[in-house]
Amino acid sequence: MTKFRWLILFGPLVLFAVLVVFLLKGLSSDPTELDSALINEPVPQFKARDLYETEVTYDQSVLHEGPLLLNVWATWCPTCRAEHEFLNELASRDVPIVGLNYKDDSREKAVNWLNTLGDPYIVNLFDPKGEVAFEFGVYGAPETYFIDHKGVIRYRHVGDVNERNWSNKLQGIYQQLLEEAE
Amino acid sequence: MIRSLLVTVAAVLVLISAASAENENSYKFDNEQQRATYQQLTKELRCPKCQNQNIADSNAPLAEDMRDRSYQMLKEGRSREEIIQFMVARYGDFVHYQPPFTTVTSVLWWGPLLIVVIGIGVAVGLTRKKKAAVELTSEERERLQQLRKSGDE
Repeated sequence: MTKFRWLILFGPLVLFAVLVVFLLKGLSSDPTELDSALINEPVPQFKARDLYETEVTYDQSVLHEGPLLLNVWATWCPTCRAEHEFLNELASRDVPIVGLNYKDDSREKAVNWLNTLGDPYIVNLFDPKGEVAFEFGVYGAPETYFIDHKGVIRYRHVGDVNERNWSNKLQGIYQQLLEEAE
Repeated sequence: MIRSLLVTVAAVLVLISAASAENENSYKFDNEQQRATYQQLTKELRCPKCQNQNIADSNAPLAEDMRDRSYQMLKEGRSREEIIQFMVARYGDFVHYQPPFTTVTSVLWWGPLLIVVIGIGVAVGLTRKKKAAVELTSEERERLQQLRKSGDE
């Protein structure tokens, strides 16, 4: 009977504590950040032209030489402008990044952007209608996909990549993919 | 003066509504059933960009792409289920307004039921406890009898 009493007295308190933790977590989570449906899935099939040279086409095999990053960007996207300098920095640290130019206003604008701000990408895919991005479930720009050495998507980062989130989280993910590749 | 202004405004309004109607009807369907399926699909598919809007209501470019893709697939003879699967495979369960029953979502169905069961259990437990007979000591019994007597007088 006394045991039962304890349960009645402290049960609600425990329930309340669980609720508080759950709601506090909700405060710091961003509902616009969606989990990708393609985590642990191989990169989808696609065909895309090169941003610079129209006659060159690529398919999904360019993403099989991982671990690498796939960065979705466009000139109409201010956050892409904000992260671009850091992408240059990552490229200088030998992090391979494939660029996917997503539904941009024009090829000229995109090429001009890379010429003036620098080109951090090892390959530049051109996706004027967003067809490649659709296969990846891209819903905005910028987005960055982490792809391992087997060509499997392991993580998606929504929003800009910067010094802070790179050193806090993203670098760890990339390092792990590097270790797995060895 | 005012009259001509009104006429201009009316003309502009007519043009605008005509333009939007044209936009909506730019899809040509093979039959009425296909159109109905399309309308049902665009109502139950959710836009990942502008959350809490379906792709029929949303003006986001992504919603437009999803409408285009739904239309193309319908024209190719794909079924409603195939199109939903196609979208869910790329954008996740989020994209469909009817989430599937999984271990995670089962909480939504069983949770309220569980709370009701616990509530009933607690209520029954509490009422039973009150009904339980109270054992009186011999002293208390004597006092009770005295009180009853004094009450009778």
